[in-house]
Amino acid sequence: MENNKKKQEYWRWLEYHSVMPGKDWRNAEVLTAGVDVGSVGSKAVVMADGEIYSWSVMRTGSNSSDSAKKALGWAMENTGLTLKDFNYIVGTGYGRVNVPMANRAITEIACHAKGANYIWGPSVRTVLDVGGQDVKAIRCDANGKVVSFLMNDKCAAGTGRGMEVIADLLKIPIEEVGEVSLRVTEDPEPVSSTCVVFAKSEAVGLLRKGWPKEKVLASYIRAMAIRMSELIEKVGCEREFVITGGQAKNSGIVSRVENILGVKRLPVPNLEVTGRDPASAGAIGAALFAKALHEKSIRR
Amino acid sequence: MKKEKTEVISAGIDMGTQRIKVAILKDKQIIAQTQNFVGFEPTKAAEQTLKDALETAKLSREDIQHITATGASVNMAPFADSTISMMGADAKAGAYFFSSARTVIDVGAEDARAIKCDETGIMQDFVVNARCAAGAGTFIEAMARALEVDLEDMGTLSLKAERASQINASCVIFAESDVVSLIHREEPKSEIARAIFDAMAERVASMAHRLGINKDIILVGGVAKDVGFVASLNRRIGMDILIPKEPLFAGAVGAALIADKRAKRKR
Repeated sequence: MENNKKKQEYWRWLEYHSVMPGKDWRNAEVLTAGVDVGSVGSKAVVMADGEIYSWSVMRTGSNSSDSAKKALGWAMENTGLTLKDFNYIVGTGYGRVNVPMANRAITEIACHAKGANYIWGPSVRTVLDVGGQDVKAIRCDANGKVVSFLMNDKCAAGTGRGMEVIADLLKIPIEEVGEVSLRVTEDPEPVSSTCVVFAKSEAVGLLRKGWPKEKVLASYIRAMAIRMSELIEKVGCEREFVITGGQAKNSGIVSRVENILGVKRLPVPNLEVTGRDPASAGAIGAALFAKALHEKSIRR
Repeated sequence: MKKEKTEVISAGIDMGTQRIKVAILKDKQIIAQTQNFVGFEPTKAAEQTLKDALETAKLSREDIQHITATGASVNMAPFADSTISMMGADAKAGAYFFSSARTVIDVGAEDARAIKCDETGIMQDFVVNARCAAGAGTFIEAMARALEVDLEDMGTLSLKAERASQINASCVIFAESDVVSLIHREEPKSEIARAIFDAMAERVASMAHRLGINKDIILVGGVAKDVGFVASLNRRIGMDILIPKEPLFAGAVGAALIADKRAKRKR
């Protein structure tokens, strides 16, 4: 234990959960949940009549179904909710087929578009989702329906996992990498390696050359931003543009992508007040689909 | 009649991403092979490796008539008389070791190549992967670290497995996370190791297939010494693969053969 404490894990991001103040699920007619088991993070959102009631964001463990149970359990903590109270639950994400309590699984692409539409409204047309092990550029219509999409899920370059690796190498907490990378007065050349393994060696070389950490970080994040921007441009960047997934919090990525594309993303709503978290967009979308599916089943 | 001195002494230096290799040939016969890690000062390491080879061959610098350099950091060996592409050197070496060589596959620390050549060792076509670590030796190194197994033991360990674990093998970084989960689930390390070699073999084979595989297939580069990788590649390609005794030195030997030719041309 002693030893574990000494070795700081810089990639380790903070988990969180909360319940919307002043709301009681007992007054709701329809209770649904969305559980997004990502490769790195598991997110659960509980909705009462299509409005966010509670949520949780935590790290995915080695077992998808355990992670799903834990995430939903954490979102239900101290609310008095039990699984029996839900009318419908939808699983999504990388581990969506392993969400044991889900009535149905829906792809994370559909869920992210739906979730972004809920978080920011019907003007959203382009969604960049930066997940743990993939990056997606999604185009959607005013109803949050997917029009087209492109994704990279074969390679860590430009993903959250790649960012974690570099944060660990530079010994900068993952929550701070964005800010630290913006301390440079001018962006350096991006790292030339696409592969994170090679980029890591390149970063070590730059440090040895005497580059300060923030400059090395800026060089890496710049390369990430270029990669993401290319993906968005391929799918076509139409306004309004938003960023979802864990890296939506990374100011270093956000500001560089905005600069390259020449488009500002819509600002992130206040989580405490609205419960609308870009990191939970997939789970929000899943909970909305759950409501629609429940209503459809009643009508039948 | 007095016999005129016609022997040619040539050297090849292969400036790899991880190791520097030197081969000295006397009339095309290998008389010395030495290698060192690149380290932080590639040029110094290159000079040292050449010095080591000269010592082994009991020769002095002046005895070498021509030095040809190759490899990823070929420009870090300024003392070389000429350079040759890595593909050209591999083709030459492949045909030198096995005259039947038509496809040479070279898997190094950070890249992999497949080269088509003719019976004289002239390169005709090639395919390269140098952008992704999942198809090169670095993959095995990273996974050995994740498995807490010595790199040298990875191959024999993998041979003990009868099946392979399921891993995301498209990317070294993703595979690392998968390996951690698999260890937590107490999957046998041998099966994880086999999954890694299978994945690498898959990448290398598909690269070679893009080029078109002609018999005989020669495997060179540092990774050719790994029995686990060779077994996986054999299974994947389904043809016999020939490996020279010292596959690590193929690039250096190929460069030295080019140097031999160039030394003769100068006379």
